[in-house]
Amino acid sequence: MPLHHKTLAELAQGLRDKHFSSVELTQHYLNRIAQWDKTLNSYVTVTPERALQQARQADALRVKNTAGPLCGVPLAQKDIFCTHGVKTSCGSKMLDNFIAPYTATVVEKCQEAGLVMLGKLNMDEFAMGSSNETSFYGPVKNPWDLTRVPGGSSGGSAAGVAARLTPAATGTDTGGSIRQPAALCNLTGLKPTYGRVSRWGMIAFASSLDQAGPITQTAQDAALLLNIMAGFDSKDSTSLDSPVPDYTTTLKDTLQGLRIGLPKEFFATGLDDGVARVIDEAITQYKKLGASVVEISLPTSQLSVPAYYVIAPAECSSNLSRFDGVRFGYRCANPADLLDLYQRSRGEGFGAEVKRRIMIGTYALSAGYYDAYYLKAQKVRRLISGDFKRAFENVDVIMGPTSPTTAFKLGERSEDPITMYLCDIYTIAVNLAGLPGMSIPAGFSQGLPVGLQIIGNYFTEAKLLNVAHRYQQVTDWHKRIPPGFE
Amino acid sequence: MQWESVIGLEIHTQLATKSKIFSGAATAFGAEPNTQACAVDLGLPGVLPVLNKQAVRMAIKFGLAVGAQVAPRSVFARKNYFYPDLPKGYQISQYELPVVAQGKMEIELDDGSTKVIGITRAHLEEDAGKSLHEDFHDMTGIDLNRAGTPLLEIVSEPDMRSAKEAVAYMKKIHSLVRYLEICDGNMQEGSFRCDANVSVRPVGHAKLGTRTELKNINSFRFVERAINVEITRQIDLLENGGRVVQETRLYDATKNETRAMRSKEEAMDYRYFPDPDLLPLVINTQDIEAARQSLPELPAAKKRRFMREFELKDYDAALLTADRDVANYFETVVRLAGEPKLAANWIISELSGRLNKEDKLIQQCPISAELLAGMLQRLAKGAITGKMAKDIFDAMWNGEGDADTIITKRGLKPTDSAAVEKIIDHLIAQNPAQVEQYRAGKDKVLGFFVGQVMKASQGKADPAQVNSLLLEKLKK
Repeated sequence: MPLHHKTLAELAQGLRDKHFSSVELTQHYLNRIAQWDKTLNSYVTVTPERALQQARQADALRVKNTAGPLCGVPLAQKDIFCTHGVKTSCGSKMLDNFIAPYTATVVEKCQEAGLVMLGKLNMDEFAMGSSNETSFYGPVKNPWDLTRVPGGSSGGSAAGVAARLTPAATGTDTGGSIRQPAALCNLTGLKPTYGRVSRWGMIAFASSLDQAGPITQTAQDAALLLNIMAGFDSKDSTSLDSPVPDYTTTLKDTLQGLRIGLPKEFFATGLDDGVARVIDEAITQYKKLGASVVEISLPTSQLSVPAYYVIAPAECSSNLSRFDGVRFGYRCANPADLLDLYQRSRGEGFGAEVKRRIMIGTYALSAGYYDAYYLKAQKVRRLISGDFKRAFENVDVIMGPTSPTTAFKLGERSEDPITMYLCDIYTIAVNLAGLPGMSIPAGFSQGLPVGLQIIGNYFTEAKLLNVAHRYQQVTDWHKRIPPGFE
Repeated sequence: MQWESVIGLEIHTQLATKSKIFSGAATAFGAEPNTQACAVDLGLPGVLPVLNKQAVRMAIKFGLAVGAQVAPRSVFARKNYFYPDLPKGYQISQYELPVVAQGKMEIELDDGSTKVIGITRAHLEEDAGKSLHEDFHDMTGIDLNRAGTPLLEIVSEPDMRSAKEAVAYMKKIHSLVRYLEICDGNMQEGSFRCDANVSVRPVGHAKLGTRTELKNINSFRFVERAINVEITRQIDLLENGGRVVQETRLYDATKNETRAMRSKEEAMDYRYFPDPDLLPLVINTQDIEAARQSLPELPAAKKRRFMREFELKDYDAALLTADRDVANYFETVVRLAGEPKLAANWIISELSGRLNKEDKLIQQCPISAELLAGMLQRLAKGAITGKMAKDIFDAMWNGEGDADTIITKRGLKPTDSAAVEKIIDHLIAQNPAQVEQYRAGKDKVLGFFVGQVMKASQGKADPAQVNSLLLEKLKK
């Protein structure tokens, strides 16, 4: 089996058994990036020298027998995580020249675990988008069909892992940015409970919704990576101070008696027939594994998209104020005065979608509109959380489609923001409630991958991974590699 | 028409924490520009604020000291506006739910009565950096050392009716925050500054007039002057048929006038909303109890104790307790020398006068409490005269050592009572007519005798002693 067909777990085993070195493995992926990424555009920055240096260190630790379980395994980081000494662009012209003097906690934890960073992955500008078309560095192609989008905003992460240009990647999810691209690229993606993973050094889009998580080939890999990423961080006041379980120990638990809730709102109009069929089959598979299924209702979930498109832009309008051309990032040429500096630096540095959201958010927070928009949206948010709370009194997990459709064509929705925003209709409520959610490969519709979404109660990541892993033991959708990238 | 002015103050006190309110950077004043600003203070992408607990404890202490409610749950909000010295494009402050609400502060008025000034709220927030407009060739320099320094903004009710009352209130707050050791009170360095809201209305009217806000006044003297010129400006305007515009104004100390900065129409919409990076600040009863335990004796209580324990007059006790260090100095002197009234007189008149004249704080006083106590002991025993005491005071101020050293060095010998009696007896014998006048009831003549005795002793006699001896001898 070629190295790039292996999962994180298998690569770690190979390194432990000394079947190959980290340097060989890293070089293998660097070669694949060099060969394929001109086509895909999944990386913004590749860091070969740094990667090989880290690989050599990992190999040295292996010799000394002091290596952790994933030491020497390559990985790529979404370009939203600050990396000391390496450009962190966040997919924006605004930060095309930005090199952070500090490292995000997620990246630091990966480094401490001995993971080798191959580079920084493309993304929608400031994580605002569902197709990876808003990136300053150009769109990313879906390896399953190069005329289609990989999803977003973690589109580079998904395309990169799907094409095996990295065995795994980090992503961030504000309204579906891990789960939707994972679904569109036939991958396993996990958005943890809000507060489970530190946000320090992760460039903020909407602070109350943003959460980092893994994008991998399998649930087992996601468990291995989450073991490293999760945990309290005193530098993030919203991170939770409670111990992190070993997510790999419960992967094989039985699903006998598992109660699955299917929200009727997730199977109503707007859901593509082909996607619906695949999801039905996946549910049937779960019944075979011993689970029972009940229909539930999340009545307020209908309001999640409008509520999200008030709250997320409101927070982003404030979060992105720091990009003013004064201290770092893009600055316009020859500013005439302060106002000109602000207006042109921001006008030239930000792309259209980012500007649209800053304007929506500024409006929603304005005097006279705050109550009608921001406060109302916060009330809706509480109602949505209430819906889930009631649902979890009777079920262990909630399942449904991750995305209403399979991957759409590049350019097909980029001129129509409303259609684009509806991509995240099933994922957004999870962020508003702060719950953990996953997407796993569930099959194909007309040759394109379909993702099954699994939603759990707060801090039940172990349960989600267990539910996903058992499914992957009896299916092989997750093993499919896009034709041409084998 | 008779006008009444209505004044409310917003006082910004810089909390004396070691590090900033949301980052670990140091807060010391006067460092090289931008050397005390970390990634958080610079507002770099991806950084997050973490609340400094010391700042919270200080806010609680203040709340308790002004009898306010300490909120069990308060919320940090973002105040959004663009300015180069505001790195994040928003200031983290508290808006709808402040940490301290509904306190009060008693002030003394000129007629000896007291008045209670309401404190609407006090909230925690971060300071901005500084824009430097000089020495940069028409460009602006930004120093972010101050960015993120913790502030407690104390907002009063519009309860003050004159500039004098406003200054009295401001001085009380200044004294209190220094007592609590939550602010160094240094006004030159901007650790304690205030904005004043000023309006006028015809006497007897309940409805408030349109107010203006005077920004960033950093001395007691300027507060009084700024408010007074603004009151005059508003009254002139109204009496000449004009109207007051709601606006922010700046006080120009050199020209002694206020100038419009921006009107209400130009006022920014700050788009306040709860900061999603910070959880609500929860303060439980243990936190409050711990803060209560750490409260020092407060000015009002100390004043009452001084009046009771040392039998001081209200006015003297108030002066001595206005500043915690002055009060401590006084108590040390009394502990060493006894004589509380004598000590109070010397500290209030000689010592304070000298400190004021040389623009020094009590901490910088060249005469330690021990030195003053030593001198006062000799004075009380009659070992030196009052005139000599003043000379010794000057010498101690100039660093010439303690009272005994100076007495020895200068050969100062107090004139003993035998010598003074001799002079008096001589004078009585020489001036029978004046003695007659005095005995006939012309008390003024006593002054003549005192003057003569002092002259004869070359000023070395103790006037008190002279007085009592004269009274005794003239009676016969």
